[in-house]
Amino acid sequence: MLEQYFPILILIGIAAFLSLAFMLASKLLGPKRPSTAKLQPYESGMDPLGEAKDRYSVSFYIVAMEFIVFDLEIIFIYPWAVRYQELGIGTFWAMMVFIAILTLGLFYTLKKGSIDFDLRRVPQNRPDIKP
Amino acid sequence: MAELTFSLIVMGISLFMLLNSAAVAVYAERRIAAFIQNRVGPNRVGPFGLLQPIADVLKLILKEDVTPTLGNKALHTIAPMLPVFTALITIAVIPFGEGIYITDINVGVLYLLAVASLGVYGVTLAGWASNSKYSLLGGLRAAAQMLSYELPMGVAVASVVLFAASLSVVEIVDSQEVWWNIIRNPLGFIIFTVAAFAEANRTPFDLVEAEQELVGGFHTEYSSMKFGMFFLAEYMHVVIASMLITTFFLGGYHLPFAGLWLPEMSPVWKGILDVSVFVAKTGFFVFFFIWVRWTIPRFKYNQLMKLGWEKMLPLAILNFVVIAGAILLYNEFF
Repeated sequence: MLEQYFPILILIGIAAFLSLAFMLASKLLGPKRPSTAKLQPYESGMDPLGEAKDRYSVSFYIVAMEFIVFDLEIIFIYPWAVRYQELGIGTFWAMMVFIAILTLGLFYTLKKGSIDFDLRRVPQNRPDIKP
Repeated sequence: MAELTFSLIVMGISLFMLLNSAAVAVYAERRIAAFIQNRVGPNRVGPFGLLQPIADVLKLILKEDVTPTLGNKALHTIAPMLPVFTALITIAVIPFGEGIYITDINVGVLYLLAVASLGVYGVTLAGWASNSKYSLLGGLRAAAQMLSYELPMGVAVASVVLFAASLSVVEIVDSQEVWWNIIRNPLGFIIFTVAAFAEANRTPFDLVEAEQELVGGFHTEYSSMKFGMFFLAEYMHVVIASMLITTFFLGGYHLPFAGLWLPEMSPVWKGILDVSVFVAKTGFFVFFFIWVRWTIPRFKYNQLMKLGWEKMLPLAILNFVVIAGAILLYNEFF
């Protein structure tokens, strides 16, 4: 049983070695001529303004949280999808109820505006533009 | 022991093929882009410019490796290794022909999904560790985009599992010997393909490195082979996405309706036929990825998220439910 996983272990070793080798190749063979301007973060030729690790939209966090919820629920579908042809009609309806609740939750969060990356700011002198 | 030797041989050949196919894909992309835009493209290095990718890699290796002083040095170094690593270990469970695979585990589909979702770490860490505003925005976009499109992809794969009644990739391919899944499950094929474009960060979903707004996106601060690894990994992910589309929806190494008409063959000839069919299908999809990139413009970010959550995910769930019901009805009455 477990010996089927042995080739994966070898492959992981080879993949780690190859990615390390690529990395070391340029570290060892490339020239090293650092200068202050070169090591600054790129900001279209200007001196960088402020810290890069600034605050960013809360929508990114919400997307991540929703992903965790729905991904877990999708993982529950897999074992059922493998065996449901033998288990029969009873588990079919049980799964339909589960998926219905999941879909209802999805539409609820969408209605609440969780996936909202639309621009909010409307120009002051243009009340005819809807946000 | 004989089995292990065989799988090691397959591993060596397929790793070699995968690394080279990334180089070939880079060359193909530049030539096809040139053809579509009525240019010539690279044609100086070697016959027809075929050695161009090798020249590019050599140049990248010999360039200076710049690490921004204010960034996180350790993460900045680890980040480019992750996409290459995940791309390389994906091939472990993909069957290239009848009996030709590295290993066949009974949770192969879960392995593929798990490895595919690791890809997001490289891009996001690269954006975070560079300490540049463009990089950070690119990394954040990448995280949200790749997470969002993993859900429809997961559901589309679940609808494939319904037909095979197994999570082993080899058995999924076997279940398509007569009817390919693209015929039984066309909507699932479309959803999976679109999600694969988003997962590989390819146009029309390449918001992560939208040049006009984000310069280089997450790899703005990367140079030399560190940048080269992101570049290589992108093309390896294109090749792997094509392999997955082939495996899940186009019958893997099977010719159309092969179970009905293909005569018995000696194992060697069957192996050669299988692998060439698999490579041909994968090659077609790599071409398709390139073709789409030079044809369709980029989405806006809010359109991208809306498409993922409001259209693709409900559609994928609907497709899954309909197929589950249809299979149950079919079993009931036939």
